[in-house]
Formats: sequence, structure tokens, C-alpha cells
Amino acid sequence: MERDDLVQDHSYSVSANHDEAHGVEIRKKIWKVTGILTLITVIEVLIGAFIKQYDSSGADNLLWPYVKIGFLVLTVVKAAYIVLVFMHLGDERKSFKWVILAPYILFILYLIFICLTESSYWFEVFQGENSINP
Amino acid sequence: MAGDSDNISRTELWGGNGSPFRISYGKQWMWMFLVSDALTFGGLLTAYGFARHQAPSWPIGEETFNAMPFLGNGYPLLYVALMTFILIVSSVTMVLAVEAGHRLDKKGVIKWLLFTVIGGLFFVGSQGWEWYHFIHGTHFGSILTSEGWAVVDYNSANELILRMGRGLTITGEKAAILFDSATATMQGANLIENEYAPLVPQYANFFFFITGFHGFHVFSGVVFNFIILINVVRGVYEKRGHYEMVEKVGLYWHFIDLVWVFVFTFFYLL
Repeated sequence: MERDDLVQDHSYSVSANHDEAHGVEIRKKIWKVTGILTLITVIEVLIGAFIKQYDSSGADNLLWPYVKIGFLVLTVVKAAYIVLVFMHLGDERKSFKWVILAPYILFILYLIFICLTESSYWFEVFQGENSINP
Repeated sequence: MAGDSDNISRTELWGGNGSPFRISYGKQWMWMFLVSDALTFGGLLTAYGFARHQAPSWPIGEETFNAMPFLGNGYPLLYVALMTFILIVSSVTMVLAVEAGHRLDKKGVIKWLLFTVIGGLFFVGSQGWEWYHFIHGTHFGSILTSEGWAVVDYNSANELILRMGRGLTITGEKAAILFDSATATMQGANLIENEYAPLVPQYANFFFFITGFHGFHVFSGVVFNFIILINVVRGVYEKRGHYEMVEKVGLYWHFIDLVWVFVFTFFYLL
């Protein structure tokens, strides 16, 4: 079979080309997303630099669990912008989008769940009240 | 951009003679590769989480990574923020190269792709510096005192500070006594031990493996981009009538940025 990326007049290669007017629109969106990604990174670094995990006496900062969840949410937002806009997955057909995303999300959630469950057990074994450590 | 998401009948879509996803073979399998690569990175980062979740303590990002080139210590997360920014910007220049390709604007593609390559080289160089610093360690290393491991530091008035972990510091006379009675010292990091987390040697192993694996991806991405750049300059894609190859290496390059977003969160922020 002929390589479809070498065929010049294939519907899903050439129709992807666009004119200058359309390009202006796309570039506007690119710069907007750039701004959002930069802003999120700046916020993350400021939070990381100024909110401490422990206070001066070494006790847990009660805010920290929320900060942690905040970091995770911001990370996923950043990732979504990169995948959907920069990698154009949001512009592909819906069927293709889910062929890529669904198996990954399913598998990685399972992996995270099983690893956290397992390591919670090991934490009890090594550091818990009845730990095997003397 | 998508080829055409207008209404096409199911029989035509799934009846052969073309991709039902309206996406070329090469792009589709670049995506498949990226999914498998993302699972590799997902596995590595989950393993990191596994080790961290069961560890008694873990080094704090802004204390471990607080050095700036030429400026010394005391700049928490600033350098890695700069690295992250460079990588995001190089991702943006890559999108702009792809966009220029859709307009068959050869000069535009060359310009933006060249910026992308330069940004990638800057990032790899920064990671090299970061590794160098991580391996050589802070200026004074760690000591084993009767109260556990402590990272040695001096404030601007040249007074001794012992960082005991969990944000706890000991200063003054007590610090001097602990310092003099130290029974072991450690400096820098390697695969056996590291001064940042003397009780969890795996910390440095994970750092080397995950950032190293990512750095290797960046390096190969730079090489791919450079090869495609040469092809663009030679006019290969102009003759072909579309710049889809730029789009394909672009996907790989964005993926590298995507992985870094997660590495940044788990190694530096949390």
C-alpha cells in the first residue's frame, strides 16, 4: 500500500492546510494558551517557594494537603492544554480522541490506586505502630 | 488541525480505503507510540510515588533545588522554573512551526523550528548543570549527629545552621556541639547514598533515572527536530505539498513538554 503521508491530494493531509486568515486565528489561540501555561507555572513556583510543608517547629503545615491537591489540579490543567491544543488532539475526530485517552486514563488510575494501596501497607509494616523496625 | 470533521457516512468511514479516524497512518502511530511512552513514564512516576509514600521522610524540593548558576544558593525553585519556562516556550515555537507548515510557509517553518532546536539544547544544558550540582551537592554536605542526619549550612552572618529535615533547623551553641560530635559525613549524591535524604538512598536513584530518561527524550527530540529542519531547508516537504512530518515530530516534542510538567510537579513542587 502506498504511504498515505506521501500522497499529495489525500483528504486528511492536504485539507489540513489553511490560509493566512485562518492562521491568524490559530496563532491567537496559541499565544493565549502560552499565557495560561506560563501563568500556571508562575503560580506553582510562588506557592512552592512561599508555602512551607512544615512550620518552623517541624510540625505539619495544615494547609499543605490542600496545596498538594492544588498542585495536582494545576498540573492536570496544564497537561490538558498541551494535549488538546498544542498536540491538536481536541481537533481530531472524537473516536480517535477516546482511542488515545480512555485506555491511558483507565490504566494509569488503576496503577496509581494499586501502588498507593500497596505502599500504604508497606508504610505500616516499616513505620507503623507495630512496625518490624525496633 | 483535523483533516475534516464534517459529516461522513459510517459506511464510507469504516468501509476501507482510508483511515476511519481521518488521520494519516504516520500520525496515528506516532500517537500510539506516545501512549506507550506515556505509560512508561507513568510507571516510573508511580514507582516514585510508591517509594515516597512508604518512606519515613522525603527531601523538600525547594530546599534541595535552590541553586542558580553564577549566583549560588538561596533561590528556591527559580532555576527549574526557568527550565520549565524554556521548555514551554520551545513547545510554543513548535506549534508555530506546525502552523506555518499548514500555510506552506517554508521560511516560517525554518525560523520556528530553529528556535525549537535552540530551546531544546538550552533545556538539555540546564539539566546537565542541574545534575552536576545535584551530584556535587551543597557546599557543606550532611553530617550524622546524635539527633540524626543534618544538612550543614551557614547563614549570611556566617553562623552554623543544621537542617534536620521537616523544615526544622538548629542553630547556635547546640548546633556547634552537634557539629563537633558528628560521627559521619556525606556529600553530594550517587546511586548508593545522597546527602539530601540520607535515610532514603532511592531518592537519588529515582531522580537520576526519571530526569535522565526524560533528558534522553529531550536529546533525541532535538536530534529529530534537527533532521526535519534539514529536510525543510532542502525543500523535501515543499515538494511533497504538506508539512506533516513537522507535525509528527511536533507531537513527540509536545509529549516531552507534557512529561516534564509531571516531573516538575512530583520532584520539585510536592
